[in-house]
Amino acid sequence: MASLRDIQTQISGVKKTKQITSAMNMVSSAKLRGAQQRIERFRPYADKYQEILSDLASRADSSVHPLLEQREERKTIGIILVTSEKGLCGSFNANLCNAALKLAKEKQAQGKTVQFICVGKKGRAFIKKTSFEIVEAYVDTMNSFDFHLANTIGTKSIEEYVSGIFDEVHIVFGKFVNIIRQEPVATQILPVEQSAAEDAAGATSEYLFEPSVEGLLAELLPRYVKVQIYRGLLDTSASENAARMAAMDNATKNCEDLADSLTLKYNKARQAGITTELMDIVSGSEALKNA
Amino acid sequence: MANTIHFEIVTPDRQLLSEDVEYVGAPGINGEFGVLPNHIPFLSALGIGSLYYKKNGKKYYVFIAGGFAEVSPQKVSVLAEVAEKAEEIDIERAQKAADKAEKRLKQQKEKVDFARAQAQVARSIHRIRCRESAVSEGTCRM
Repeated sequence: MASLRDIQTQISGVKKTKQITSAMNMVSSAKLRGAQQRIERFRPYADKYQEILSDLASRADSSVHPLLEQREERKTIGIILVTSEKGLCGSFNANLCNAALKLAKEKQAQGKTVQFICVGKKGRAFIKKTSFEIVEAYVDTMNSFDFHLANTIGTKSIEEYVSGIFDEVHIVFGKFVNIIRQEPVATQILPVEQSAAEDAAGATSEYLFEPSVEGLLAELLPRYVKVQIYRGLLDTSASENAARMAAMDNATKNCEDLADSLTLKYNKARQAGITTELMDIVSGSEALKNA
Repeated sequence: MANTIHFEIVTPDRQLLSEDVEYVGAPGINGEFGVLPNHIPFLSALGIGSLYYKKNGKKYYVFIAGGFAEVSPQKVSVLAEVAEKAEEIDIERAQKAADKAEKRLKQQKEKVDFARAQAQVARSIHRIRCRESAVSEGTCRM
């Protein structure tokens, strides 16, 4: 049985851990607020892009721009996996990695080669352990990033796509549904799908275009890809903080429970100690009396 | 008869501007174009340069780089990757960036990414020009 002192050390240790977890909870809730604001500010921009691009794409033939072209044979698939830099956020990163791995295995089963572009340390560490190849990794970027990061990743993937290294590019990121729900989502970003385009056709009709529709597409398509990547980055960062908030909340509660049960154990042990001491004294004096 | 048109500038990180204005002049990719209220629907890609709008007879300048403008009779929306109001432009920083990029261009080494350096020079020069025109219009203090 643990001595009183041992239990006391345990209790103080648990209480210290609780302080850390509750501090982390507060930090991530503050960060989450920031990330949510960024998403909100970005949304009008992304929506507008989607709207304009759908309209343009519905007017043009898919052969006018390489990013729209649907290749017959798709041999290599690129997957951009967006994860966080740090752990301690529950199963968030594991879910993302598994979703990416599932997609990769599906594609592999169809006889395609899959390569990864990893954003964030956690994803890179996970993919390294699998048999898949990492062509590019952006680490230490997720803690503070801006559109520039999306730009870099976007330019890279477009280059690879146009030069024929990739025939398809997907992005896997943590979609921020609400504070308690984050889902891993996989979307195809290259070639740009035209199906979404057809819904909006005819909504905006007689535009004057400058330069031509094709020229505009050439300008806007690469940007649209970057917009989608940026959206993935923003969502992942919000989801990460939400997941960490929940995980730390749980940890804090567990610490409280543990501290309670340890205190109970401590009190019991203390009481047992007193009883044994009393027994000693009583039996000692009894022995003296009889002598 | 409405003689103003609603004008907004949106970047990935913020909504820079949302106002009713009298006129918008923007640097289209094929040259500058102007928009008055009741313009026909129009869509144009934008280059790097100064965009200006008139409000209460005064000209205000905004630096923009990349993006596009959507014009409808009552509204102009500009979606730019980078947009800065003239008063936010840091002249010193722009000047330094321009000098640095120019130096890189002069090095003539193969390693130098010419396209990038050139774009950097263009951006910096336009930033400075944008600020200067705003100052000369009196809508921005030095």
